[in-house]
Amino acid sequence: MSKQSILTAIRRGLKRGPLPEQQAVMLQRRMAEHPRHLIPARSRLPHAQQVDLFVRNVEKEFGSVARVADMASVPGAVADYLAAQNLPGSLIMAPHPELRAIPWSTRPLLEIREGRAEATDAVSIQHAFAAIAETGTLMLPSSPQRPVTLNLLADTEIAVLRSSVIVGAYEEAWDKLRAEIGAMPRNVMLITGPSRSADIEQTLELGAHGPRRLHVVLVEDAGS
Amino acid sequence: MHIATSQAFKKNAHDALGNAGLQKALARSGPSFIARRAAAVAALPEFEELRNTGRDIKNHALANLDFYLEAYEAKVLESGGKVHWCADAGEARAVVLAICQAANARTVTKGKSMIGEEIAINDHLEENGIQPIETDLGEYIIQLRHELPSHIIAPAFHLNMDDWESAFRKAHTDLPADRTFNERRDVLIEARTKLRSKFLAADVGITGANFLIAETGSSIIVTNEGNGDLTQTLPRVHIVLASIEKCVPTLEDATSLLRLLARSATGQDFSVYTTFSTGARRPGDLDGPEEYHVVLIDNGRSAMLGTDFQDMLRCIRCAACMNHCPVYGAVGGHAYGWVYPGPMGSVLTPGLIGVDKAGHLPNASTFCGKCESVCPVKIPLPGLMRHWREREFERHLTPGATRTNMGLWAFLARRPWLYRLATRASSAALGWLGRKKGRFSSLPLVTGWTDGRDLPAPEGDTFFARYARSGRGR
Repeated sequence: MSKQSILTAIRRGLKRGPLPEQQAVMLQRRMAEHPRHLIPARSRLPHAQQVDLFVRNVEKEFGSVARVADMASVPGAVADYLAAQNLPGSLIMAPHPELRAIPWSTRPLLEIREGRAEATDAVSIQHAFAAIAETGTLMLPSSPQRPVTLNLLADTEIAVLRSSVIVGAYEEAWDKLRAEIGAMPRNVMLITGPSRSADIEQTLELGAHGPRRLHVVLVEDAGS
Repeated sequence: MHIATSQAFKKNAHDALGNAGLQKALARSGPSFIARRAAAVAALPEFEELRNTGRDIKNHALANLDFYLEAYEAKVLESGGKVHWCADAGEARAVVLAICQAANARTVTKGKSMIGEEIAINDHLEENGIQPIETDLGEYIIQLRHELPSHIIAPAFHLNMDDWESAFRKAHTDLPADRTFNERRDVLIEARTKLRSKFLAADVGITGANFLIAETGSSIIVTNEGNGDLTQTLPRVHIVLASIEKCVPTLEDATSLLRLLARSATGQDFSVYTTFSTGARRPGDLDGPEEYHVVLIDNGRSAMLGTDFQDMLRCIRCAACMNHCPVYGAVGGHAYGWVYPGPMGSVLTPGLIGVDKAGHLPNASTFCGKCESVCPVKIPLPGLMRHWREREFERHLTPGATRTNMGLWAFLARRPWLYRLATRASSAALGWLGRKKGRFSSLPLVTGWTDGRDLPAPEGDTFFARYARSGRGR
């Protein structure tokens, strides 16, 4: 009922009827081709410098980064981070094949459960699909292997990110998502630093409702 | 509906100027918003060019809004969601209530949503036995205090630490007596703990939408706290409230607008959580809502298309205009009397509740032009306020004394020799009367000016006399 009356009211305002076929085809094409607009120069860099820019931006936004040489070094980096922050060694991990392939048994004190996060989980390990150097942003599309609650419920989120999936601008991350995942996932989170609020006297405090800490373990797999 | 007090703007503003707590909050927070935006803009050399891009994207979307909304709906359906088209606030309230009742909802968590304020959804749910819980920190305390937000991105802009403490002590009756709130951190921890259990218990989560994307059928929310994400992820049902002008064609279009949004709003390069939601939980997913509903609301927008006010529909609700407005900075948001304060409110509110009820708002401007100069989508806000003033005049809503004075001024302005004579005579008379003090602290007929500040006494010749003497008039 209201759908037709709203569409009619819009067309009345625009002083026309439904779009002519030819124009509709043009707009369909614009959506299918999704042209890019101006992309800021700050991320137009060689890849190694994009990785450095990403790291600088994560740190600027109150996140932290540990750079390691390979996937086999991830358990050590995670254990060291937890020890340094005085956090427990019990983790909820995304059931992602790349995370499962990590030799966690080299650090037997880490106690790992796979699945979605519950309110009682203190530390989560998430798999980063891509990252955007422009603002130090992680791209985390939901899937059975990448539950959304891991980004939200734990006090500390640790993201495992391969340097080869870091891109300069958001637009490149969208194209990577379209190419590798296809249809839009149910949920795509772009995360830039840990949760915060400035609602009390317009003064920034970290750790509002989401994770108080965001730590990126950056696996340098992109060559030099 | 919230009862609009925009008609009482003059009284509201007068009260606001005498409200010590509000003045303290405005003095503290006003300058920091301006400085943070300036720093973020300075760090992005392309910012000015992006403003043109943002304006063009929204203009394109609005010119083809019927097409993009239908394309958007088709994608939402494809991804397992539902779209409910609502012509006005009443329809939207009824749809939301029906969804909540079908879900047997007892409690509903809410992300911050200005359209939610506009349709007063909380009151409607409460009247029908469903408890809505605001989860954005600022909205949470506003709800505890039974107030409207005083700012569109910082709802508790007008409050100070002692207000937070007293609201929490009153509402959280289980607080131990020796619990202290010495630091902002203590407030944050108390709210986080209290709300965590609400997130987990809620049956339905309601969020707004910063953008809708036709290409993918996605709704976008932008937050720093993560409350919106907990709201839309944990409950069994997610309801998105969105007005029709939020729709843009593609991910690339939304991305360009997102580059403008956080920088203009809080001076961040990007907000902490920018989340794209598309439909309901998919097969194999371990979390996410089982139902995804979009309540698509017109409520006066389509009537603005094709009018002087179409440009206002480009607004992305960043609040840069109010952050830079000297009037907002002096009286705060509540004086505006309804949901949307500041320059964007002065243009939008008369369009939504009527210029007869909100005519004071477009008059509450010095036309300094700061709002237009910082608007990320280049809305000509002072020009639109002027259009409202013209409509108000045409509809004879302007007060009689103002009309008489304007008529007198117009009579003089059309007769330049008489105008010059009159200004010369009056400026000489005022100059002579005020020759001792150099200013007037009160003057008949212009008490509207002298009640708030002194009027300087004119000195020397009139502008025209000096201009003629300088010889540049030829």
